[in-house]
Amino acid sequence: MTRFVLEYHLVAYRRVWRGSVLSSFVLPLLTMLGFGVGVGTYVTGGVDGVPYLDWIVPGLIASTAMQVAIGDSSWPVLGGFEWQRIYFGQAAAPLRVADILDGHLAFVVFRTLTSCAAFLVIATAFGAMHSWWALATLPVAALVGLAVATPTFAYAATIRVDSYLAVLFRLGVIPMSLFSGVFFPVESLLGPLRWIAYALPLWHGVELSRAATLGVAPAWSLVGHVLYLSLWAGAGWLLAHRQFTRRLVV
Amino acid sequence: MTLIHARGLVKRFGDFTAVDGIDVDVQRGEAFGFLGPNGAGKSSTMRMIGCVSPPTGGVLRILDLDPHRDGPAIRARLGVCPQLDNLDLELTVRENLTTYARFFGIPRKVARARADELLDFVQLTERAGSKVEPLSGGMKRRLTIARALVNEPEIVLLDEPTTGLDPQARHLVWERLFRLKQQGVTLVLTTHYMDEAEQLCDRLVVMDGGRIVAEGSPRALIERYSTREVVELRFNAESQDVFAGKLAGVGERLEVLPDRILLYVADGDDAVAEVQRRALSPASVLVRRSSLEDVFLHLTGRTLVD
Repeated sequence: MTRFVLEYHLVAYRRVWRGSVLSSFVLPLLTMLGFGVGVGTYVTGGVDGVPYLDWIVPGLIASTAMQVAIGDSSWPVLGGFEWQRIYFGQAAAPLRVADILDGHLAFVVFRTLTSCAAFLVIATAFGAMHSWWALATLPVAALVGLAVATPTFAYAATIRVDSYLAVLFRLGVIPMSLFSGVFFPVESLLGPLRWIAYALPLWHGVELSRAATLGVAPAWSLVGHVLYLSLWAGAGWLLAHRQFTRRLVV
Repeated sequence: MTLIHARGLVKRFGDFTAVDGIDVDVQRGEAFGFLGPNGAGKSSTMRMIGCVSPPTGGVLRILDLDPHRDGPAIRARLGVCPQLDNLDLELTVRENLTTYARFFGIPRKVARARADELLDFVQLTERAGSKVEPLSGGMKRRLTIARALVNEPEIVLLDEPTTGLDPQARHLVWERLFRLKQQGVTLVLTTHYMDEAEQLCDRLVVMDGGRIVAEGSPRALIERYSTREVVELRFNAESQDVFAGKLAGVGERLEVLPDRILLYVADGDDAVAEVQRRALSPASVLVRRSSLEDVFLHLTGRTLVD
């Protein structure tokens, strides 16, 4: 049943995909040029022995995964309950709450994967990929996507007005993008801030992504990173399922 | 065959009791109505029948299945037209039907064919390719009804099917629902419009405050709880009350509303003659047949639509 819900979201996406494909390519291109090439010229020594551009690209891929996943699970989920109310229509069909949730999550993963694949293509053109392991950034992106999308689903299913989403972006998304080792190593952060970076999901994705594109082993345990991201995804799913059930089965 | 069977059905939200122990039986092929004002518990009842709201107490069986255990299996055989439209405004009219059909596991090809048939049925074929957003309220409602029929349901649940529509759009919806009824589809609807209930329902229950206060066919309810005719009198005065005493004994019963007095009588013309004999001069006089509105007023002391 989940696939029928995914199919619905893909049909709906067909109306807007052109615009989103353009932004999937243009945005990474601009960030590459701005941060990698622009800022990179000033970081003459590189980071960890690699040019700044090559160091920053895998972080940007993971960060893109996070931003696309949260973007696609915030307003669309809130709207599914409050504006177009499509979830209520789905709940009247022979779908279970888990089907409705999983179908929409699958679509968010699809969006995350396609956006990151576009980024990967552009970055490869810039010569920032050091290894075939770079392809592993895609499953990592999917995992990061799930780790942040599921709690966002839960949050968006709880609030009633979209001003709370601005709070999520200001206090969640932006700080997480800035302090998760995307632009500079988290080791530069002061003690407590560094622990916040460790606790948030993005840093783990950035570490995995970077190890993949540079073709080296991650500094911490690979399994540990994967399990930690899975923990976010699993706990987020349970919360999202609880909130969806509260709204749809009353 | 009994498609919906409820005994002592209760729905509570915290301290608030929305549905307070109702008994309902709906037979196959019947058009069954829940009539009552806003807040009577109609929508809560519909949501329990639609298997999206677990009952707090009592017995509920739909299609001889248990909603708690067999929710998806029951929903596969229901068509639901909710009170608030939840169409996808970005999709086309046709895509709204085809994507929804897929939720029932209907193959794509069948879904497309059925979408075309249904668009024809609700007279939206010309709008098949347009987005839903610019459609009028009546068109959206008809599309929602078409969507409710996409799985060829055994029961169609319609929650306030014409609320918010202009008279012309309402009549078009009624006409389509009447066609469905003629085809033998079981219809269950809620409404606070007595004319809607009278036109569409073979049998109905009158609900008030979460309880059923009367049950029967529209005609039987009127015969039982009202007189054949009603005389509506309006007096040019601050309060209609003072005239109530002067009308004592005219007809079987009398209701005083803020703006008019209703006289329940067997023969309206006789009653009007009697009013004139008593030298009362109302600003307006209207003789009409009794309706379900009068039944509701008699049973609850309140009007259906405030």
